[in-house]
This record gives sequence, C-alpha cells and structure tokens, in this order.
Amino acid sequence: MIKLIKIILLILIFTLSFQKILYANNNYLLVNKISKNLRCLICQGQSVYDSQSDFALSIKILIKNKIEEGKSEKQIYDYLKNQYGEWIVYDPEFNKKNIVLWIFPLILFTFGGLLIYRKVFIK
Amino acid sequence: MKKKIYYSILFLFFIFIFSVFYLGLDKPNSYTPNEYSNKNLETFTSKELFLNDEFNSNDIIENNQFTLVNIWASWCAPCRSEHSLLMGLKEKTNINIIGLNYKDKKNNAIKFLNELGNPFEKILTDPDGTISIALGAYGVPETFLVNSKSKIIRKYIGPLKTENILEITKIIK
Amino acid sequence: MISSHIGYYSLILGFILSISLLIYSIYCFRKNNTKINQNIFSILFLQFFTVIISFISLVYSFVISDFSNETVYNNSHTTKPIFYKISGTWGNHEGSLLLWLLVLTLFIFLFIIFSKKQPTKYRLLSIFFQQIIICGFFLFLLLTSNPFNFLFPVPNEGLGLNPILQDPALAIHPPILYLGYVGSSIIFSASLASLVQNNINSLWAAHIKKWIQIAWVFLTIGILLGSIWAYYELGWGGFWFWDPVENVSLMPWLCLTALLHTIIVLEKRSLLKSWTVILSIATFTLSMSGTFLVRSGILNSVHTFANDPKRGVFILLFLFGLILLSLILFFIYQDKENNSQKKFFLISKETSILVNNWFMMYFLSVVLIGTIYPIFLEVLINEKISIGPPFFNKLLIPFLAVFLIFMSIGPKLNWIKDNFEKIKYLRIILFFICIILSFYLIKKTSSEILFTSVIGGGALYLLFISIEDLFKKKYNISQVISHFGFSLFILSILFNSLFSTEFSANMKVGQELSFKKDQVKFLKIKIFEKENYKSVIANFEIIDEKENIISLYPEIRIYNQPNILTSEADIISSVFSDKFMVINLLKGEEIFNVRYQTKPFMIWIWISTFLISFGGILGLLKRN
Repeated sequence: MIKLIKIILLILIFTLSFQKILYANNNYLLVNKISKNLRCLICQGQSVYDSQSDFALSIKILIKNKIEEGKSEKQIYDYLKNQYGEWIVYDPEFNKKNIVLWIFPLILFTFGGLLIYRKVFIK
Repeated sequence: MKKKIYYSILFLFFIFIFSVFYLGLDKPNSYTPNEYSNKNLETFTSKELFLNDEFNSNDIIENNQFTLVNIWASWCAPCRSEHSLLMGLKEKTNINIIGLNYKDKKNNAIKFLNELGNPFEKILTDPDGTISIALGAYGVPETFLVNSKSKIIRKYIGPLKTENILEITKIIK
Repeated sequence: MISSHIGYYSLILGFILSISLLIYSIYCFRKNNTKINQNIFSILFLQFFTVIISFISLVYSFVISDFSNETVYNNSHTTKPIFYKISGTWGNHEGSLLLWLLVLTLFIFLFIIFSKKQPTKYRLLSIFFQQIIICGFFLFLLLTSNPFNFLFPVPNEGLGLNPILQDPALAIHPPILYLGYVGSSIIFSASLASLVQNNINSLWAAHIKKWIQIAWVFLTIGILLGSIWAYYELGWGGFWFWDPVENVSLMPWLCLTALLHTIIVLEKRSLLKSWTVILSIATFTLSMSGTFLVRSGILNSVHTFANDPKRGVFILLFLFGLILLSLILFFIYQDKENNSQKKFFLISKETSILVNNWFMMYFLSVVLIGTIYPIFLEVLINEKISIGPPFFNKLLIPFLAVFLIFMSIGPKLNWIKDNFEKIKYLRIILFFICIILSFYLIKKTSSEILFTSVIGGGALYLLFISIEDLFKKKYNISQVISHFGFSLFILSILFNSLFSTEFSANMKVGQELSFKKDQVKFLKIKIFEKENYKSVIANFEIIDEKENIISLYPEIRIYNQPNILTSEADIISSVFSDKFMVINLLKGEEIFNVRYQTKPFMIWIWISTFLISFGGILGLLKRN
C-alpha cells in the first residue's frame, strides 16, 4: 500500500515538474526571456540579454518591435533562425537532428534504472 | 566471450568519440556565416539621410541589374578605410550603391561624406540597428551585392578588401 | 634571463627524474620487497623540488617583468599591480600547466608518505600510474607549451594581462580547482593500482576515501570561487551560465560526488568494487577532457584559453592512451568473483546510494551531451547549433525534484536492510506541508506555481529533515551539514530566480526614473586616473518609499594595455538581498545604459555551497 503511494507520489511530482513556465503578461519580461535564449553572435559565449554589443542591443529592440506587432515567441525565434541559422537560439529544437541530444540522457537513465532493478530484485 | 564483445564495442565507441574530437579541432569555433547564401535581401524602407523622407530600397534595386548595399557609420573606423575603395568602385563601374547609415548622427554622417566623398545613390538610415538585423547583418561594416530581383549574390562581412572589389567588378561585367 | 634558464633546465631535470621514477617503480615492484626503498621517497621529493624551482623562476620572471620570456611578454605589463603579476603566472596556458605539474608532483609525494599502511606493491604501482600522467604533462609542457621560450630582441613592454582576469577570486580559483583535479588523478592511479593488485576492499576504501574527500572539497570550493568571480566581476548578474568551461568543471564534480558516496558502500560493506574503479577512471578522464576542451579551441566560450589545435591533438592522444590503458587493465583484472552473495535490499542505505549514483550519472550525462553535442553535429553533418540554459533547465530540474526527496530518505536508512516503517506517516504529512508552504510563498510571483512548488517543497523538506537530524543524538555530522547545505542551495537559487527584479534604461546624468516603488537617481560621474586604467565612476541613489537611500557606484574602466573597456558592477550584498548595478557607455553619447537588479538571497547561494564543502571538511577531520 505504502509502496503504491510512494510510486504515485513520485509519478505526480515528475509530471508536475514538466509544466512550462508561465510569465506575467508583460512585454518587458518577454523581451528578457527571449533575449536570454539568444546567442550574441559577435560575442564569445554571451547571450543577447547579457551582451551590450551593438548587435545585441539591436536585436533587443527588434524583439520588442515584433512583440508589439503581435508576433508570438515562436514566430520571433523562427524569424531569427531564418536570418541567422539555428546557432542563434540556445534552446535546441526537438527534431530528427537533435533527437540524440534529448533522448540520450533519458535512455541512460532508464538503463541505469534497469541495472539497479536487476541488482535489487533479481537473485 | 561475451565480455570480449562488450569491451570491443566500448573500444570502438571510444575510437569514434576521439575521431570526432580530432576532426572537430579543425573546425572554427565561432560562427562563420555562409557567405554564399541563396537568400533574397529583404527590401527595407526608412528615412533618407538628407531629406528625411521615406524611401524604399526596392526603388533602386528593381531598376538596376546590380546594386551594392553598404552598411556604414561615421564612428566605425574600418568604414573609413573601405570608403575609399567604394569611391574607386563607383568611379570605375558606376554601380549603384545604397548606403545604410547605422546608429549614427546625421551631422557626423554628413561630415564623413564631405570628408571622404559620397558614392551612394541614396542613403537610408538605420538609427536603432533593426533594419540591419532584418537584412541578416552582424554589424558594421557589411556589404551585400544583390541583383535586380534582390537575390544576394555576395555578402561581405567586415571592411571591403581589394580582392572583394575585384570580385564585384568581375561579376557585374 | 637567468631565471628562465633555471626554470627550463629544472624542468628538464624534473622530466628525467619522472622517467626514472617510472622505470624504478616498476623495478621495485618486481623485486617484491616488503618495504618501499627509501630512494623512491627521495626521488619523488626531488621531482617535486625541480618543479617548484621551475615555478618560482617563472613567478620571478613575472615579478621583474622579464620580457625576454615569451610567456611573460604575452601576459604581463609593467604597470600591473604586483599581486596580479604573481597571479599572472598561472593565468595563462603555459603557466597553468606548470601549476598542474607542481600539484601533481606534490600530491604523489604526499600520497606515498600517507599510505604507509597500504601494501607496498600497491603503493609502487600507484606511483607508476601517476608517473605516466606526470611524464605526459612534462612532455606536453616541454613540447608544446614551454613557459620559458626566449624572445629576441627583448621587448620593452608586455602585451598585458586581460583586465577581467585581474581579480582576487580569479587569482586563487585555478590553484584550488587544480588541487581538485590532481586529487582525482591520484584516485585514478590508486584505483588502477588497486585493481591490478586485487586490493579493492574496505581497508583500501578507508584509505582512498581521504583522498576523495580532499579532492572533492577542493573541487567544490574551486567551482564556487569561479562562480563568485563570474558574479562579481563579469557584470551580468548571473553566477552560472552553462558555459562549456563551467560545465567542464561540473562534470568531474558530479562524478566525484557519486564516487564519494560509493566509497562509503565499499568501506562499510565491500560492495560495488568494479563500479568504484569505473567512477575513479571516469572522474579523472572528465578532468582531463575538460583540460582538452578548454585549451584546444574546439569550443566557443567566454573564457577559453589558448586556441592551439596542436595542443589539442596532444591532450587528445594522451587522454585516449589513458582510457585505453584503463580499459585494458579493467578487462584483464576485473574481479570475476560475483558479489552477489551479498544482496541489495530495496530499503537499505546501499540501495539509496545506488539511487544517488543513478541520478548523478543522469545529471552528468545531461551536462556532457549538452556540452559536446554541438561538436559532433558540426563534424558529422556540418551544422552548428547552440545549447544553453533552456536545455539544461528542462532536463535537470524535474529530476532534481525527485532527487531531493530521495536525499531526505536515503541517509536515514540502515545498512543492509531496513523497513518501510522508517517512512513514517508523519514525514509524509510534513512533506505535504512543505509543498503547500512553498506554494504560498511562490504564489505571489505569478509565475509557474506547481513545478516550482514541488522543487521548493522538496528542498524545504530536506531542510527540515536535516535540521531534525542535528537535534538527534546519533548522526553523521558531515553528511547532515552537506545535505543541509544542498537543500539551502536549491532554496536560495529558487527564491533568487523567482523574486529577482530588474530595471533597465538609458539615462543621462541628473536623470531620475521610477522603478516599482523606488526612485532611481543618476547623480553624477567622477573620473579618476588609476595605475593602469581610467576609471569612470557613476553615483546612483535608489530611494524607496520609506525614504531609505542606497548609494551605488558602478564603474566603467578604460584600460590602456590592452585597450579594453570593462564594466565593474557595484554590488551591495546583505543577508537578505543583493543590490546589483552595472552601467555601460552607449556609443558616442553621454547616455549610459543602466541595469539595476535586486537579487534576494544571493549571498546564501555562496554560503550554502560553502556549507556543502564544509561538510566534506568535517568528514576529513573525523577520526575513523
């Protein structure tokens, strides 16, 4: 019985944790959120949010303009990806190319779980 | 036997990883933008430098077989050095050049042109840099060679060099 | 001039000594003596001595600004303050490698002194394996990264150290980090030696545990210092960016933490022998791979070192050789006896440590794939992608929530077998109370509630459990403090990220803007000429609704050598919140871009990380 409760609890926690983050309806926060997810292309390893370079400042203004035009977050990312390539976005897409990236840790996790299962439950 | 198979697989796996790393050493780790993109340049509208009226870049691009779009600024040191090459190019080939004045002050821009000459058919302004982003540029100076259909034939990032000028001259012949 | 000669020839001598130790240790090994020959001690000390002479000569060259030395020329300047001239010695690629060698040779010497109770053959073999590593580093230094190259004609002035690197935290960050990495090299050699000698048992575990703890404490503090430096110096207000160089230090840490837990199982119950060896090999391999990734130019990062592919090839081959060696040894000597006489029961401390390792390896795999996947993609299909915080957050945070809960349960369980009654109803109720508590705390910010509540709940629960432990009689203080520190760490980060506010605007001198309930006033600027830079200090005042005034002085520094502009944030830290302000000069204007952030509980992030390592220090001081 308690075992069951434990398992249900864990599954609940797990699924709840995957909820996406909701932001207050504030353009400024959205600009920040998007620019944190963009790489400053003329800097070494800085995000557009962090960088004060001309490129970054222009991108931030562009994002603001696009939000005011009513574009969604995804549309803005797609637009920038079209201009500059996938390199500009820090969040890798979930597509055929990147599938190993996303799946590899999860496969490893499952594999580890199986090993432990064997160790504990099989004589 | 089983053990040998496991270890061989592991061994091969490591060989693979190391080969990839070895090959990866030659690759540049910063972005080298594709200079031969197949894209079209977005036409842009902005205030013209002298008269302040709205001007559409398409008005020049459509009417000419080739157009050079040059992003420049008076405060940008490399722009000064490439400017003389632009003047030379204009003289020799009379190619149409649109200037996009990037994050600049009108007075300073005009001073720059008075000092070094004006090769531009028209100069449009990009006060906050968003137009350059719309063109897919990284900064200043940057130059695009487009045809009448706005297709980008060549993109030059950084100041123009003599060999670039020669290339442009060849292409537009 | 002379110091470079001394330094160079000392290194050559050290290299010869290291080769002779390599041979001599195997020779003694084969002779089957009962005790280690005194000569070994002497030669080990001599080896260390040559490296320290070499190191001191390099420091001397930096201090006197001897620009006939290429490294000094590239990385120093006569106007540098003396402290940074000294720390400049290891702030560059060649000097840092010399530091690596220094610590390597020191540690092997200490290891042999403090391992007297261990079997002789094991100790000799440890020396052998460690000497392979040391010889490798000598070769690397002498062949590709000589700190004593000459320049002629001798320049008058150096190229200057990057001003961003002129910071006290950054001066000690590399040495401490290297102590951790080198510690892991000793563990590597000792584990291989133990594997070959079939010496993996609980006595050996007790002996190697000290080294694991030492390495772990240094690695934790080293990473902490790096983060503190990033926060105070880089001016972005963040402390962790999932930057490749940061990831590269985190990976061995994750592995070493897993090892720290596994070694306890080995010590108490003589289980997990093979896994211990695997973890030891993995930890050191990751440290070395880190060295590779950072120094070869293969990754784009904010603080990569020299970009020289030739060096990358050397490290790559060296690394490959070490892994090959480990694989072969493991293949030959792996204990074929099954430990399955001793069973793992589901509810037991061993199993909970297994679960810990399971999660740690998952976290490790996420950081690993996130760091090296772009390289693979580029080599294989010639496309570049970026992997940044969103990826890591998505994959790590959900598992972290569950992990926190396990952390609360695991340490309480008994060895071998325990029962469900431990998981009392009271605790389940406490857990739900924690979730609800954190729900209310987080509700205000109108951001994601459920998911952060769960993490918050998990961390709070762990916090309470740890505090409860402190009041009990029978507890392991080092474990309690470290776990308590970790729960505090998660909570600090959580609240910091939820409750931080930011204000960003372009302002002129004399301007005043309002931000939430405060007024931000830009009073004036002052300009000073300093030793090697021009300082532009702005004076801001933040006035809250109660008329309390906070004065902030963010600074812009214009360096002369090299010609760089840096922003120095002004940070006022307090127990409750940090006030962070940074300014940037906008091109050609008298306008400054001003960024002001309030960061609650920032200082607790540092305190809690230190607590985590403090638990480790306590563990070291404990007498068994």
